[in-house]
Amino acid sequence: MNINLTLFGQTFAFIVFVWFCMKLVWPPIMAALDERKKKIADGLAEAERGFKQQELSEKNAEKKLSEARQQASDILSQAQKRSNEIVEDAKSIAVEEGNRIKEAAHAEVEKEVNRAKEQLRNQVSVIAVAGAERILKKEINAASHQDILDELATQI
Amino acid sequence: MAGDTLTSTEYIQHHLTNWTYGKYPDGHWGFAHSSAEATDMGFWAIHVDSMLWSILLGTLFLLMFHKAAKSMTAGTPRGLQNFVEWVVDFVNENVRSSFTAKNDLVAPLSLTIFFWVFLMNFMDLVPVDWIPLAAKWVGATLFGADPHHVYFKVVPTTDPNITFGMALGIFVLMLYYSIKIKGIGGFFGELALQPFGKWGMPANLLLEGISLISKPISLALRLFGNLYAGEMIFILIALLYSGGFVWGTIGGVLQLGWSIFHILIILLQAFIFMVLTIVYLDMAHQHH
Repeated sequence: MNINLTLFGQTFAFIVFVWFCMKLVWPPIMAALDERKKKIADGLAEAERGFKQQELSEKNAEKKLSEARQQASDILSQAQKRSNEIVEDAKSIAVEEGNRIKEAAHAEVEKEVNRAKEQLRNQVSVIAVAGAERILKKEINAASHQDILDELATQI
Repeated sequence: MAGDTLTSTEYIQHHLTNWTYGKYPDGHWGFAHSSAEATDMGFWAIHVDSMLWSILLGTLFLLMFHKAAKSMTAGTPRGLQNFVEWVVDFVNENVRSSFTAKNDLVAPLSLTIFFWVFLMNFMDLVPVDWIPLAAKWVGATLFGADPHHVYFKVVPTTDPNITFGMALGIFVLMLYYSIKIKGIGGFFGELALQPFGKWGMPANLLLEGISLISKPISLALRLFGNLYAGEMIFILIALLYSGGFVWGTIGGVLQLGWSIFHILIILLQAFIFMVLTIVYLDMAHQHH
């Protein structure tokens, strides 16, 4: 418990140790700690930025989506209109075509009827002439009675 | 454990005597063979055991922290680095909250004080007879010394020379920074012109001088007193081991209890020593 040289020995050791700590221990540890602090701060900032980015892209996507929806509905309504038009067109064409065919058929029928009538007339005139021949029991000149036959034919 | 032929008083005294190398009154240098001889040596003596453990533990601290510092990474810390970072962060936090000026010395100084003092205090938890007995054996068998004359104190902070040695270093730093920051006039003015103004200068000088001197003294005495008392109790408990089975058992229980309580004290004292150092140096940096 005597105060002696140990006092200064310890002071000297103290100075040396503090010096060593100050030169070789504290700075590298602090540097690493600061670097990590910076890294963490950077990471957080990065995360923040990423979050903002995500929000932005989400908004963007939302906009694009609604645009696309709008476009789709436009296209749909246009198509509807177009299809209606096409159907209308087709209808009118079909009606026209039908009318044409009907008319053609009518004409054909009329022609056939007329032809049949003609044939009938001819046959009737032949039969009439034969009938008359048989009635008159004599040869009648068909040519000289042509006008009468024609008249008959028109009456049938 | 009180030893073969030692009485209790001798046992205690033996434990409280340092291994001293110094100058005998007749002029030659050598190891003291008793505490009386050590006292006779006066100032020109050195406590070899205190210095040995102090330097050993300080070196251990620096090696450990230097090893961690060399392999520091900013990535995920592991093992030793984790522990070192924890201690450094703790010290740094304390320095930042108590020390307002800018000084690159204070933080490493605080770290050194805290961990070194902690390690020196920690030696108190080693059972009081282990290392001295080992030293006695080494001294007696290897160096042929008289076993009763081998003194070996293991806890440097129970040696006032050690605590005063550190307090002296801090005191010099306080004076240095006081003068550097405020100038000699400013520092002297602080001592002489407060609290009673210039007409009360002698009283001011007396009061401020005492308050200035009392800082390092209280710093050193607090640490020394706590650890000395703690070691004393360990020694007294160790005395019980020579009292037979029953006393020995009681001693064992007491030692366990005191050791657990002492963990708190050794940490607390190291912490207080550090914090007061920071506060004193902060005061040295401030204008009043």
